[in-house]
Amino acid sequence: MSLDRLDHREDQDVPVQRNRQDRPATAPPGLAPRELGRWAWRQLTSMRIALILLFLLALAAVPGSVIPQETVDPNRASQWQGQHPHLTPIYQKLGLFHVFSSAWFSAIYILLMVSLVGCILPRSAVYWRGLRARPPRAPHRLERLPEHRSFVTDEPPEAVLERARRLLRRRRFRVATAPAAGEGSAVESLAAERGKLREAGNLLFHVSVLLVLAGVAIGSLFGFKGGVIVVTGHGFSNSLSQYDDFTSGSLFNPENLAPFSFKVTNFDVTFIRRGREAGQAHKFSAGLDYQSSPTAPRKHATISVNHPLQLDGTDVYLISHGYAPHITVRDGQGHVAYAGPVVFLPENATFRSFGVVKVPDAVSSTGRPEQLGFEGEFYPTYAFTMRSGPFSAFPDAKNPAVSMLAYRGDLGLDSGQPQSVYTLDKQHLTPIRKADGKPLRLDLMLGQSQKLPDGMGTVTFDGVSRFVKLQISSSPADWLALLGMSLALLGLLGSLFIRPRRMWVKVRREGGRTLVEVAGLDRTAGGDLAGEVDGLVGGLSDRPVDGHGSRRSDGPSTAEENS
Amino acid sequence: MSHEQFEVLSNQAVAACAVVYFLALLAHLAQWAVERKVPVTASTGEPAREPAREPARAAVGAVAGSAVREDPPVTTGAAPAAPYDHTGDRADRFGRIGLALTVVAAAIHLVAVVSRGLAADPARVPWGNMYEFTLTGTLVVAAGYLLLYRKFSLSWLAPIVTGFVLVTLMADVLLLYSPVTPLRDALQSPWLVIHVVAAIIATGAFTIGGMASVLYLVKERWLARGHATGHATGLATGRGYLARLPGLEALDRVAYRTQAFAFPVWTFAALIAGPIWAKHAWGTYWSWDPKEVWAFITWVVYAAYLHARATAGWKGRAAAIIALIGLATLWFNFIGINFFFGQGSMHSYA
Ligand code: HEM
Repeated sequence: MSLDRLDHREDQDVPVQRNRQDRPATAPPGLAPRELGRWAWRQLTSMRIALILLFLLALAAVPGSVIPQETVDPNRASQWQGQHPHLTPIYQKLGLFHVFSSAWFSAIYILLMVSLVGCILPRSAVYWRGLRARPPRAPHRLERLPEHRSFVTDEPPEAVLERARRLLRRRRFRVATAPAAGEGSAVESLAAERGKLREAGNLLFHVSVLLVLAGVAIGSLFGFKGGVIVVTGHGFSNSLSQYDDFTSGSLFNPENLAPFSFKVTNFDVTFIRRGREAGQAHKFSAGLDYQSSPTAPRKHATISVNHPLQLDGTDVYLISHGYAPHITVRDGQGHVAYAGPVVFLPENATFRSFGVVKVPDAVSSTGRPEQLGFEGEFYPTYAFTMRSGPFSAFPDAKNPAVSMLAYRGDLGLDSGQPQSVYTLDKQHLTPIRKADGKPLRLDLMLGQSQKLPDGMGTVTFDGVSRFVKLQISSSPADWLALLGMSLALLGLLGSLFIRPRRMWVKVRREGGRTLVEVAGLDRTAGGDLAGEVDGLVGGLSDRPVDGHGSRRSDGPSTAEENS
Repeated sequence: MSHEQFEVLSNQAVAACAVVYFLALLAHLAQWAVERKVPVTASTGEPAREPAREPARAAVGAVAGSAVREDPPVTTGAAPAAPYDHTGDRADRFGRIGLALTVVAAAIHLVAVVSRGLAADPARVPWGNMYEFTLTGTLVVAAGYLLLYRKFSLSWLAPIVTGFVLVTLMADVLLLYSPVTPLRDALQSPWLVIHVVAAIIATGAFTIGGMASVLYLVKERWLARGHATGHATGLATGRGYLARLPGLEALDRVAYRTQAFAFPVWTFAALIAGPIWAKHAWGTYWSWDPKEVWAFITWVVYAAYLHARATAGWKGRAAAIIALIGLATLWFNFIGINFFFGQGSMHSYA
């Protein structure tokens, strides 16, 4: 099998550090617990197991992209769960809605890390000892090395060696002189080595992987991420109760939330009017008046996509935006039972938006307490065709309108069950009907009012505000992860592209002249070893290299390459 | 020129370079067909029709020490080891024509990419959507092939690369084409340029490496079936394209070298620049969005590839298979994610 040739270098008489990663897996020894433990540890830290664990890690990540993750997109996850009532409990048991924090995913990467540590520590020790070791002596028979030259000169051996030392030092080799292995003092030799940093790069890479993991772990234990929708003109202060959604690490302490607050003063967006991109939001930005603590001075900042506001290690991001039509509901008594901007969540690129209004404290014309609910769409630029029905022709608020169905009954707010402000729980609600029995739809252009039947009151659409969706988050050790990743890259470059090389020069007095032998060995292929050997020979002898020896080795090739 | 004119220019250049790639492919197929008539013999590394006046050249080769030259003697497509005859000459000529056409095609391809960027108002980097990503990615494949042509004596890769680039470009135009639009807000960041450039380069390099890995597997199978004599040494005799591929070691080395180049670039693109940009744009370095999950999977699989090559029982065949799995995850991430999980990903493209 031709591949076996790749391994040929092992049978050369060259000291090559083999580490136990390459040892083939053997059958477990007898059941002596100590032996078994040692065997298991050796297995775990073997390269094979590392490989298998890497594969498992890749495989285990797949469901995290296929199944909606609660931590990534909670809305889609709950939607999916609603659509798959049978699978959901099973998936929940298996942790498939939060793959990346599930027990089995963690198990794989923890095993991998243990294996990694078990792999790095011994290697580091070997490397540390090797660092201070002198370059290995010249092998007995230099001519067996893949690149080998020899020539004869009249210079004394010491001069040749001295020149070789200088030349090799200039080429950034570490050089040591020693008698060649197993030969008399008639032979002097010199050994040189370069590229030891390759192994250091490899170790740095693997250690840095641990650093990244540490950074990620700290971030997910102590960090948090929350979302909040704020209507322009309204404010936010950083406490748990103010968030619409909030997730945090298990060691996160809400007491530690930075005590800042802000008010969204304005929101600007430009929609492209013409051309193919018509309707795309061009630039959007929000103005914030903020205080880093209740006593701190008030400052102003503008945030936009790619330009967050950073406050005490907490970042405030502008994620998206939408409309909040002002709805006023007067009850049967003529009192204002509800007034204010209502957040309608955008449903498509033209900002047709969906929202609900809940009016728990209306009073009917007869004096009975009454609960009203409305649900429907907001159209920033209302348009209508018979075929498509109502739609929004443009995302900007050119011709705003709301169209809502009206309900009465029990909103379910007192049931104790937490409820989304963006949906109406219609379990105990009945549609309000017109005189002809059809459900009542309120279609209101900006500034219009409409009466509810039976003297239940009126609904007015009297203004439009915009809202911004902000993400507020903190992940304390991000910099550590990033640093780790950058160091990993650095190590990787060293480990992939530094080429360890060894060179030997042997000189011997023979018949009044000096026989010089030069040979080199690479631990990886692809480098220009022959060129380096030739260059050295050229520097040592003024004569052109003679054909004696092997210019192009026809012995074993240098095709070996193990990394 | 106006932006509209640049857009037209870009579209025309795409069509033109596709035609030239096609001609290049034809030339290489002709070369291949001619060479079929010439058996490859493994008796000597030097092509027989380059007689012994060549020691100077061999010495140059040894000094230049390019990776492939250090190989055990292997004949490559451009150097049929037949006695000097006109067939070999014709094959050579076709090969040179194919190479020249590929250079021309890549130049036109470059025009297509640049004018695509100039077509937007304001002008921007031409990596705003899948069409543009593919357009640039195929250019990287073609350019990478041309850059490495000498270093690795890549003539054997010619039909594969030209064919691949041609087919991918066609698919790009037919399936992915979209008119020029300005970049969305989230894409307006210098990190877009850095992240996407690195991702495209890595994708192109992984793709070339994958081609070598495929050829490795094909050739290995072919050798194992005894289609060639002397297969124990990886040297082949016989006819046809496979016989002219370099030996397994050389294929493995080309695969490794391109993939080892691509891996750090991918590390930088996906695990450093990407997260930094995501932090700016979305407020989290890493959110396990499907695109990120698959970038991670690709990274882990290629890390496995590097480990496999360093492990006795996994070298060669197993490593090649792992590399191809890695390439599959890479392409799936690019194509599949957009189509299957489009709405679930914050990345609207690439
Ligand atoms: C998170 C897990 C790991 C990742 C991402 C990873 C990644 C890598 C990469 C990219 C390389 C190539 C760089 C080079 O060629 O030097 C490499 C090499 C290496 N890895 Fe890992 N590794 C991981 C775990 C391990 C483990 C658990 C071991 C020990 C069993 C290990 C042992 C090695 C060794 C010995 C090399 C050098 C191979 C050679 O001599 O070329 N790695 N690793």
